[in-house]
Amino acid sequence: MSRLRLVLFGLGAVGLAVLWVVATTGLPPVGTDVHPYRDAAVAAAAAHATANVVSSINFDQRTFDTLGEETILLASVVAVTTLLRPADDERVEPPDPPPAVLPATRLAGWALLPVTLLVGADVVLHGHLTPGGGFQGGVVLATALHLLYLAGSFPALQWVRPTRWAPLLEPAGSGLFVVVGLAGLVVGAGFTAEFLPPGVLGAPLSSGTVLLLNVVAGVGVGAAVVSLLGQFLRQEIVIGPGAAP
Amino acid sequence: MTVLLIIALLATGVAGTVVALTPDPQRQAVTLSVYGLLLGTVFVLAAAPDVALSQLSVGTALVPLLVLLTVRTVRRRGGRSGGSGSDGS
Amino acid sequence: MTLTVVAWTVAGWLVLVGALGIVRSRDLVHTVVALSVAQSGTYVLLIAAGFQRGATVPILGAGGAGSSPVVDPLVQAMVLTDIVVSATVTALLLALTIQIAKRHGTVDPDELRALRG
Repeated sequence: MSRLRLVLFGLGAVGLAVLWVVATTGLPPVGTDVHPYRDAAVAAAAAHATANVVSSINFDQRTFDTLGEETILLASVVAVTTLLRPADDERVEPPDPPPAVLPATRLAGWALLPVTLLVGADVVLHGHLTPGGGFQGGVVLATALHLLYLAGSFPALQWVRPTRWAPLLEPAGSGLFVVVGLAGLVVGAGFTAEFLPPGVLGAPLSSGTVLLLNVVAGVGVGAAVVSLLGQFLRQEIVIGPGAAP
Repeated sequence: MTVLLIIALLATGVAGTVVALTPDPQRQAVTLSVYGLLLGTVFVLAAAPDVALSQLSVGTALVPLLVLLTVRTVRRRGGRSGGSGSDGS
Repeated sequence: MTLTVVAWTVAGWLVLVGALGIVRSRDLVHTVVALSVAQSGTYVLLIAAGFQRGATVPILGAGGAGSSPVVDPLVQAMVLTDIVVSATVTALLLALTIQIAKRHGTVDPDELRALRG
């Protein structure tokens, strides 16, 4: 049974490998200095005063694709939330009393929280100038909140209670992305078109809508990651009908 | 620079093999994290810091964490898996 | 030359070894992780396609475009999308795995086939 499966895989793998060699021998060598897309993208980024060309592509030149990416993220969060909600035959048990956390661990958690929040905000807000942007910064911001688990501060966790606001903030991020796109349609040349003054290349307030969309995406991605992690973490306190005591 | 990139690429290929062929998902979360780190190194050496940042935050931290949480939940639900080596079939 | 061969081979190898992991899998969590390894082959392929020897990161200095060559930023933007989509797909598949474990009490694909019907 398993042997037959491996033989079938081997046949397919050999076929794919042959096709792969045939396909890649016709490609330009890795490290070539002919990159027509690079030339076009760099010129377009410079025209809109966006220092980080990758951010310019994601949030200016191919904004519509990034909207699609945001939508995939939203759809995934909705699907995971639907799949992991407690079923009729399950019950949610209040968590056990919090385990004792070493004072050093608690201190590390609390000390790292503002630092990580700052780094996340920096990555989002400077995404048009330096490596980073809404997607990377959003993940860092979401990770920062989970340092509260490390600090063992359950009252603080109750207070920020991500399951309350994160599911609302995620669609809000995607919605604002569409609003910025529509603003381009009303004020500028078309849907997701640039409509803010680009400013000076390298200045903190440059790149027009790229900075705005980075912030919107950062909020959306951060909330999405908090929701996703929250759903998986909550499985710890969902008790099924056949669960061992 | 190119030599370093070649070495990093080869290490990534080996690490990817280890991840895909580690039968126990709990160990896999660790090897996946190391693999993500190597992939991030390749991106840094290939002058792609944006991608490296994304790979480090998502591939090295977020996805292995989700895998670990899933393994915990599945094991607690009595989910038998061939990879855990506990079934004799 | 060496770089070309190594980059294309590693990209193709990652896809293949990820697929092999899926075929050999005895645990759906393992299947999902192997799928993400297979998908990461596309990152290597795209980044290698945009690489240029001696070029810098695609971030423009104060001098603007054209001062020094940069690597292709388009493929980097694609890989960024690729990584985020891969993570969301992984999260969705892991949620499905948890649901399967709850409903069937097993995450072994072979046992699941026996349960069906």
